[in-house]
Amino acid sequence: MSFLELTEPWGKPSKNIFFPTSNGVQQNAAPVNSRTVQPIVTGASVIALKYADGVMIAADNLASYGSLARFFDVERLTKVGNNTIVGIGGDVSDYQHLQRILEDLEIKESNHGDGYALQPSHIHEYLSRVFYARRNKMDPYWNQAIVAGVDGDEKEPYVAFADLRGNTYTAPAIATGFAIHLALPLLRKVTDDDHWKTLSKERARAAIDDCMRVLYYRDGRSLNKFSVATITADGVDFQTNQSVSSEWAFAEKQYGYGTQEV
Amino acid sequence: MSDGFDPYVQNGGTTIAIAGEGFSLLAGDTRNVNGYNINTRFMPRVHEVGDDLVVGASGFEADALALVKRIQQRIELYHDNHDRKMNAQSCARMVRTLLYGKRFFPYYVYTLVAGLDKENLGEIYSFDPVGSYEREWCRAGGSAANFITPFLDNQVNLHNQYIPGTNGAEPKPHRLLTLEQAMKLVHDAFTSAGERHIEVGDSVLVKIITKDGVETRILPLKRD
Repeated sequence: MSFLELTEPWGKPSKNIFFPTSNGVQQNAAPVNSRTVQPIVTGASVIALKYADGVMIAADNLASYGSLARFFDVERLTKVGNNTIVGIGGDVSDYQHLQRILEDLEIKESNHGDGYALQPSHIHEYLSRVFYARRNKMDPYWNQAIVAGVDGDEKEPYVAFADLRGNTYTAPAIATGFAIHLALPLLRKVTDDDHWKTLSKERARAAIDDCMRVLYYRDGRSLNKFSVATITADGVDFQTNQSVSSEWAFAEKQYGYGTQEV
Repeated sequence: MSDGFDPYVQNGGTTIAIAGEGFSLLAGDTRNVNGYNINTRFMPRVHEVGDDLVVGASGFEADALALVKRIQQRIELYHDNHDRKMNAQSCARMVRTLLYGKRFFPYYVYTLVAGLDKENLGEIYSFDPVGSYEREWCRAGGSAANFITPFLDNQVNLHNQYIPGTNGAEPKPHRLLTLEQAMKLVHDAFTSAGERHIEVGDSVLVKIITKDGVETRILPLKRD
């Protein structure tokens, strides 16, 4: 709504339902209708992969306001219980609301007091249903989410995707946003053909760092400050304030990037 | 600000159903896409819904899964209300009402339902997104349907084939396929479609219904 649309009704009582008129009083007040039509403050990519002992998921700490790099301390990985991390990209206000919803879910479940804990597959199913229900009302939570954890009594590595339309899928490696193009090929190289089942923690972390480096180089809405969470049968290892090395000095000598010397 | 949110997206996927003597089969590829990206190489789109009935759904995956879930729930309710196994004909009519119920915000799904009728012949129903349906012997649905249907017309229904030696005077008579013949055709249909259609590939999940129940087979496809 524009400034004029918001301020014009001031001082103009709406009597036109009884006495239709075309001057002075406000015409047909627009129905107050609130729904998400575009994301405003956004988080970028999230990446996740399975490896031999569990799963790893990473997301940077940037929230952008269009092209403005606005907030540098946004934690986009959310812990849900001791066996699940949900990483979310897209609108940050919707993400914060989803955090609340997931927290409420955990509280309700723990109130039963029966010793059962929600599994990542349950969190994923619930989140997908929430997304789909909002999509059906044409008022989506404008996010893409990755649910990562170890599932069930067998503590099977679990990585699954859900987005604003209710689309879902699982795969050994998943990415959202720009990372689909830049990072997923690198992640698939180490996880394809069941290779993830013998992938070590070090190699998995190396793959994550590789991807975050590529994203920092090539994604214009990224930041070299990110969090990585590793989930295994022993629980969640949450590392914040991570960063990757990068080389920019070559640009000095590159025509068009550095200073011109004759 | 006008509506910038499109509630639909095409996730690709193709399904084939063939009915024969003593069997029906429903096959679907397992690739899930979004534009030029592959989301995952294994996301089944052919599901057992109970009572030896199989539903194949392709198009917009979120709607497809929601529809299949609703079918499964309605079949459980049918057991509670009628205390018997649901047959394919009743299930097909029910699927039609589910689809038409959202006539003004459709499930963007091409549905196929497969079962076995009382005479032990395969029973297949195909639907459009808003519930128009009919029983058929053979149907391809989804993104590569236009590639596969002509192939099936010629190989299953023997269109444009004549008995050799009659000089085009006598068309080959219609006959039902055996399971082995149908499986060969399904394999060829998917490999050929995969060569030319970007959304087809990775693997095919086939569900075969006979009087002994439902058997699942997986055929690998090229991953390019």
